[in-house]
Formats: sequence, structure tokens, C-alpha cells
Amino acid sequence: MIPKRTFDAVIVGGGGAGLRAALQLARADLKVAVLSKVFPTRSHTVSAQGGITAALGNVTEDHWHWHMYDTVKGSDYLGDQDAIELMCRNAASAVYELEHMGLPFSRLEGGRNAGRIYQRPFGGQSQRYGGEQAVRTCAAADRTGHALLHTLYQRNIAARTQFFDEFFALDLVRDAEGYILGVVALEIETGEAWLIEARATLLATGGAARVFRHSTNALINTGDGLGMALRAGLPLEDMEFWQFHPTGIPEVGCLMTEACRGEGGYLVNRQGERFMPRYAPHAQDLASRDVVSRAIAEEIEAGRGCGEHGDHVCLKLDHLGAALIQERLPGIRDLSIRFAGVDPVHEAIPVTPTVHYMMGGIPTNLHGQVVAPVRYGPEEPVPGLYAAGECACVSVHGANRLGGNSLLDLVVFGRAAGEHMIEYLRENRYPRALPRSGVERALERLARWDRPGGDERVPRLREDMQRILQRHCGVYRREDLLEEGIGKLDAVGARLADAAIEDRGRLFNTARLEALELENLLPVARATLVCALARAESRGAHAREDYPARDDDHWLRHSLYFLAGDQLDYKPVRLKPLTVEPFQPKERSY
Amino acid sequence: MARLRLRIYRYDPESGAAPVMRDYELEIDPRGRMVLDALLALKELDDSLAFRRSCREGVCGSDGMNINGVNALACVTPLEGLRQPIEIRPLPRLPVVRDLIVDMSQFFQHYRAVKPYLINLDPEPENERPQSAAERAELDGLWECILCGCCTTACPSFWWNPDRFLGPAALLQACRFITDSRDQATDERLDYLEDRYRLFRCHGIMNCVEVCPKGLNPTAAIGKIKKLLVKRAL
Repeated sequence: MIPKRTFDAVIVGGGGAGLRAALQLARADLKVAVLSKVFPTRSHTVSAQGGITAALGNVTEDHWHWHMYDTVKGSDYLGDQDAIELMCRNAASAVYELEHMGLPFSRLEGGRNAGRIYQRPFGGQSQRYGGEQAVRTCAAADRTGHALLHTLYQRNIAARTQFFDEFFALDLVRDAEGYILGVVALEIETGEAWLIEARATLLATGGAARVFRHSTNALINTGDGLGMALRAGLPLEDMEFWQFHPTGIPEVGCLMTEACRGEGGYLVNRQGERFMPRYAPHAQDLASRDVVSRAIAEEIEAGRGCGEHGDHVCLKLDHLGAALIQERLPGIRDLSIRFAGVDPVHEAIPVTPTVHYMMGGIPTNLHGQVVAPVRYGPEEPVPGLYAAGECACVSVHGANRLGGNSLLDLVVFGRAAGEHMIEYLRENRYPRALPRSGVERALERLARWDRPGGDERVPRLREDMQRILQRHCGVYRREDLLEEGIGKLDAVGARLADAAIEDRGRLFNTARLEALELENLLPVARATLVCALARAESRGAHAREDYPARDDDHWLRHSLYFLAGDQLDYKPVRLKPLTVEPFQPKERSY
Repeated sequence: MARLRLRIYRYDPESGAAPVMRDYELEIDPRGRMVLDALLALKELDDSLAFRRSCREGVCGSDGMNINGVNALACVTPLEGLRQPIEIRPLPRLPVVRDLIVDMSQFFQHYRAVKPYLINLDPEPENERPQSAAERAELDGLWECILCGCCTTACPSFWWNPDRFLGPAALLQACRFITDSRDQATDERLDYLEDRYRLFRCHGIMNCVEVCPKGLNPTAAIGKIKKLLVKRAL
């Protein structure tokens, strides 16, 4: 048997959602362990730039219900309205709570609200249900994610949360009755496997945009929690919806925050034309991300792209002045100089739509409980298992996430999951007997990479998969392209059996880690293509050339993907909010 | 394509062999590429090469290492302009786990020692605690630290007293909370820092300023703490 540690709760992932949940549990004096494959402040939350959206009304009049309307509309009506109400209603208190924790928000200067939290305009945010642009996104310069992640980590230090840094979770442990009893994890430094037993487990493993070739995401975003869920027989929801952020630096993928446009920047094509007003007359450059990304793709397609190959457009900031850029967008200036070779104070930044965010994920309810169609209905909680953050699909983002709603999702549903876990732990006081088989399967995952194999290598397989997704599942999708993509991905999957690593070391074997990550990426890639092929409509970020219209009669529903036999299932969108009237689906324009 | 020459510190504790500097040649177009790109390309040829990486854009602090004698983040160090062979070693003075991976326990122990969190015992107001834009501006240059360890492991005072001198990163963090107008524990923080080793081993050598990939100035932060201590003593 492998060494074992026992906790009340285990949290897999040390980003914003995991740390927010951990804090809730630690403050309730429960024994909580946070497992993270990197030191927690290396998690991808740190890369979030523009801000966290909440209707504080510090700059312009605001109301959470207006934020809710924008989020429902932004989701192209695929978001669950009960979850969206919960998130928008709790946004202000969540932001104030972060401020109380010490988050160094930028502050307003002068005026009635001097000294209050600085807010900036962001895409898709309006006053009075589609009226004037709202100023709603709370920011710490353009490093809001850094500020948020470090603050949450620091609060967890104060709360004495137990951290297992550089531990890689291999698989969930599940008993015959379906209870989740913890995880088997690899201690990266020693190469030793541990059983981390807990009565409640939270997956907070973040996104998986590394299934694509060009992504704004960190190299660690490999969908590890998604792989674990699929292998445990659980479904993934809405995996066809991947957000292309309009402004990533071509090739390298570094994100140029939407705050660039929020602060007054705009996009231009080859002719120097500000083209967004043609696509979104009202919101223009601050239309929702799917709209702006498609506009850029069309400009490029029409031969109006910039640069030698006409393969990007340009983001103009130079009219804003050096002082504003230095105060509000210092990180952007730094990234642009380093990675695009362009100082935005003087020149426009080359940008192109780049995969940024996974709207889908592990299905959960409002309490962060993972739900699946097991016996009675489509949303039966899996006892002992929770998910929050980008790896989860609650679903507040539906078919397209609004900027600034991701950090909000992390803290609101991280906290909600933590709260519910406390309750669950009170009701389930005693540990259940551990099944032997669950542990053995996880250990076999490790042992497989210790054996000599064929000629295939992990980096090559990963690259082939990324090229397939990039080419066959881009901003625009089409049936024949998707079908072809699935065929090619099948071939990559078949080659995995012949893959081997050369590094035989036990200590800090990063080759083995990358192999284990690939085993998580591949089923996520597969789920994406299968769901995208099935959804015969265009909604939010999922744009089908062959089905250009949204089809509410047939497709106002969530996809559920199961690994066994590529099985698809569907469940209805929750159109009924908690307390307010529903927002009925209508045509979406900006 | 150009042929790039690298010399990399290799150490595998399981082999029983002493660390060696191994030479590599790599076909890579260095234009616009970073040291991390070269390491990732090398890893495809030799998967046993071990190093940490995450964000690949200089914001997470994973890939601090010593490149041609200077501590830096591999992901934001351009290949162009580097003297060849490019010599890459782990961050100095910390125990090496494997290849370019160091054990950062000591570094984080010092970080935790300065209580890197806001201390304010007042009841929480209904909305935000006010802080003027000017008070907030005092935090600029302090809160952006990414804990990469480049500064602390470049500091001769840390090399001599790694267990007792807190090092520039932890002291910068201490200054971040001392400076925050919302924090109420300044005296307690200063009491802890008023120590021959913890703070006063800093001799203003300024290696930390030289190497910080975020352009921060820990020496100035340490100077500020020293000034506050003098002021308090008077």
C-alpha cells in the first residue's frame, strides 16, 4: 500500500477557486489540504489582467441586475440564469471581501468617490439592459489576477492551510456506491505516490487551452481535473465552447487585456480603418469577445489584415499617452515590448484571436457539487465531489464569457463550494472504507510510463493534437472539417499506446509529468471536437459556417460528453433565475 | 535557422555522479525567441532535462535561473544578444533538486516569516476600506513581486547567511505591508525586523535591483524600513 494522509477536505489546484475554497474550510477549523502541481502563485490565475466585474457603482450608476442581464446576453442565453443571478448578486460582497483581505485594488482619484475601488469599462457591460456602456470592472492596474492570487495565498498562510506544493493528482478514488474519497497523487520531487484521503474533494484545476496550438494560457493548463472526471465516468458539459480572445500576440499568444480597449484603445485593419463600428455599431470595440474575434477573422479573411502575411490586425493605444499607459497598463506595455517588439506608447500592437478560456467543464450545481445523470435525473450530485473555477461548468458563462467574469466566478463559486463542503462534512462525519481498485488504477497510470515503449514521443503527439484542434476547430467551424479533425485525432490517440519517455529517473521527472498531462489533454480535445460536430447551430463562441444561425428550438440545451463510446447527452438550460424574472432569449447584437 | 550553443548544468542525484556542465547545440531561429524556447526545444531532444515553467510570459516566477552569470527568468530573456555558449545554471546558493530545479523552501520560509498578509483588526466595513489614490500609489513597486527568487539568490548577504538574513524578496514584501495604509501592524512588523541579521545584513550591494525581472527595487524598500526604524528610535 502507498503512504496515506487523511484530511477532512482535499483541494486539487492552487489557483483562485481552490484557494478561495480552502480559505473557507480552513477558517471553519477543518483540516484541509491544497494539492498543486506548481507552487500556488504560479497558477494561471496570476495571468489575469483586466479585472473582476461587480456592480459597485463607484464610477457610473449600476445595479447587479444590469450585470446579470449582460451576462445572460453575453452567454448567448446558454448560461443558467439561477447561477448567473447568484454570481451577479454576490459580486459586490465578493469584491469587498477581497479588498478586506488586502487586495491592492487601484483607487479612484478625486470626485465624490475618491479613495474607492477603481473600475473600468469592459466588453459587453451595459447600464439599464443594453443602454450606455457600464464602468464595472474592478482592477489592480492590469495585474488584477496577480493581486488576487497572491492575496488569497497570503490569507491561506494566515489561516494555516496545509499546502502540498508540486503534487500532481493522478485520479479520483471512488467507491462502489459512487462516493469520492480523495485522490491518488504523485509527489513530483520524490516520485512517490500518495493516497490523500478526504471526505470531500474539490477539483479546481483550471482550464485546458493547451489542447490548442495558439493559446493565451500557461503551459500548465492541461485539463488535469477534466481528465480525472472523465476517467471516473463523469461527463463534461458544453465542451464545444472555447473563447477566442480577440487580442493575443500572434504566435506567442500572450494576452493583451480587454482593458486596453476599456481604457480607450481600438482595433485597426491594414488600411488603418477602425473597423469594429461596422460590426457592432453601438458597443464598437467593446462588443463581446466572440463578436470581436469573428470581426477580426473576417477582416483577415477579406484581405484587410496587417503585416507581411496579412494575418493579424493592430491594437492602437498610442493616442492614450505615455502617462495613462504607464499607470493603467504597465504590464501590457512590458509584454508588448518583450514579445511583439513594439512599444504601445508609439506603435500599434499586432493582435489576433487566440484561444483563451474554456466555457465548458465539469458540470456542477450552485453549491459547486459535481452533478451527473447517474440514476434519477440529469443533475444528481456526486457525493463528496466538488468543482469550481475554469474546470467547472456551473454554467455562468454559457456560450461566451464576458471579460471580468472569470475572476468573479472563481471567488463566488470557490466560496460557495467551500461553504457547502463544510455542511457536507458535518453531515458525513466518518470516513468510508477505501476501495482497493481505485488506487491500483491510478498507480497503473504511473507504472505505464516506467515501461519501455515504442518510437512515439510525447511532445510530438501533443503538437499534432494542438495543430488538429487549431485547424479543425477554430473561430469558424464546419462539419467536414470537424469530422476530418476527429479522424486525425483518432490516429494520434492510437499512437499514444506506442509512446514512451526516455527519462527513467524518479526525482522530478518532468518528462513523465508531461506524459500524464497529455493523457488528460487528449480526451479534452476529443470532447471538444465531438461536441462541436454535434451542435448544428451557431451560438456564442461556437460559430458554424454551415449553421450560421442560433437555433433555440433545438439547441437551447447543454451538451454532456462521456468518454465511454464518445457518448453525448443533453440537459436543459436553467432559464429560471432564483428570485427575478427570466430574461427571454432574443436576438443578440452589440 | 542558426546553430545555437548552450552549456547547461546537469545534475541527477539518483545517478550518484557529480554535477556537470553539458554542451548542447540547437538549430533555432533566435529572433524574438527566449531562453525558455531553447530549453523547451532541447527538452524535445533530451526529455531528462528538468526545469520549472508555467506562464511563459514573466508573470508567474517559475523559471528563475542563472543565465550567463546573471539571475533571470528564462521566459523573458531574449536569445539574441546572449554570449555563446549560453551558460545556464540553477539559481545560486539554494540546494539543487535536479538540473535547473532548486529547493526554494528556505526562500518561502523567509517569505512566511514576515507575515505577508494584511493585518487589520477593525470590524470589516460594509464596503471597501477607503484608500486614497496617493496612498495606493505608495504600494507601486512593492506589490508586483512574483516570488521568482532571482533577487534573493543574487544577494551576497543571503549567500553568507541564508538562514538568518531574510533576503530582498521577503523584505520587499515586509515593506509592502508596512506601507499599506490599511495595515495596523507596523510596530509589530518593525519589531521583528529590528535584528542584526534579518534586516541589517543588507549592505546595499544592489544586486537585487540589477536582476529583478519586474524592475522592482528591493534595496529602496529595505532603505525605507531602516529609515522607519531610525525614526521610531528617535
